[in-house]
Amino acid sequence: MVDSSAFPTGKNFRGFEPQTPLQIAANIMSSQITDRKDSFSIAGREYTSRLLVGTGKYKDLAETRDAIKASGAEIVTFALRRTNIGQSQDEPNLLDAIPPDRYTLLPNTAGCYDAKTAVRTCRLARELLDGHNLVKLEVLGDEQTLFPDVVATLEAAEELIGDGFDVMVYTNDDPVMARHLEELGCIAVMPLAAPIGSGLGIRNRLNIRTIVENAKVPILVDAGVGTASDAAVAMELGCDGVLMNTAIAAADDPILMASAMRKGIEAGREAYLAGRMPARRFASASSPLEGLFF
Amino acid sequence: MNIFINGEQTPVPDRLSMGSLIVKLDLAGQRLAVEVNEELVPRSTFAEYRLQENDSVEIIHAVGGG
Repeated sequence: MVDSSAFPTGKNFRGFEPQTPLQIAANIMSSQITDRKDSFSIAGREYTSRLLVGTGKYKDLAETRDAIKASGAEIVTFALRRTNIGQSQDEPNLLDAIPPDRYTLLPNTAGCYDAKTAVRTCRLARELLDGHNLVKLEVLGDEQTLFPDVVATLEAAEELIGDGFDVMVYTNDDPVMARHLEELGCIAVMPLAAPIGSGLGIRNRLNIRTIVENAKVPILVDAGVGTASDAAVAMELGCDGVLMNTAIAAADDPILMASAMRKGIEAGREAYLAGRMPARRFASASSPLEGLFF
Repeated sequence: MNIFINGEQTPVPDRLSMGSLIVKLDLAGQRLAVEVNEELVPRSTFAEYRLQENDSVEIIHAVGGG
């Protein structure tokens, strides 16, 4: 079982210390501002949806399209593979389901196990999308866990940034590596919650929290969430967003789960902005102790 | 001459242009990206790009993935 209660979350959680009036005022002001427009920025563009979704493992393109719509996502990731030579030209293309004029497309380097292949994939993606520079870099290091090869990731990130790409980078939940990737010039750092496709939820909340606290670029949890509460926890930890695929596509009802994820993300974000109450060990009665008549 | 298209050895006319190859494969007008021997070949150069013996051509498109 995943212990969901071990680490209270939220931007104002500071152990058992009460918040100062100034902190509370800051929360109220920021939530009032964000009530209207709680957006975050990626490569100079503002997004109001903090849920980013993948396009793999769906039954067909219609289900892909409907799930994305239900998720409310504005940024959608996809992979690059060989074209099927000799297949009917009428075969529907993924890009028909996610039109580039409606979504920000985020080509990824899924399946790459070395820096060179990842860089090649990104250059192909840029050509495919007519000069679009935004990519999700992932360089894998192990087939069983799909954990990233962080050495190769750094190497690929450096080359891509030098070549003008805006790199959002998948990495492990290591605050030191997250810092290195940010310093290198990655525009967003995306630590995993748990192995890709595992649905295990956030395995190391304190590391995610530390990464968020140290970062000046958006931090998005990428991979490992299983259900809506996992997405909410990521947002309560202060992440700017969550990218997921299998948690939606492998649900019994992907469209309903896409909607649930959207709400989980929104709930977690609002809870983060609201500033959670301090956790305490013992009870505190909610009803007044004065005026008891018995 | 022979070239490799997505890993499959394929006979094609000598000095075939990339543009002609794409038409021949019935892929004209499709959203795709091409590299030869691991180097990107921009679409804008397809017409003049001449293939050579044993070239390894990869024709790539978007697929579902996360």
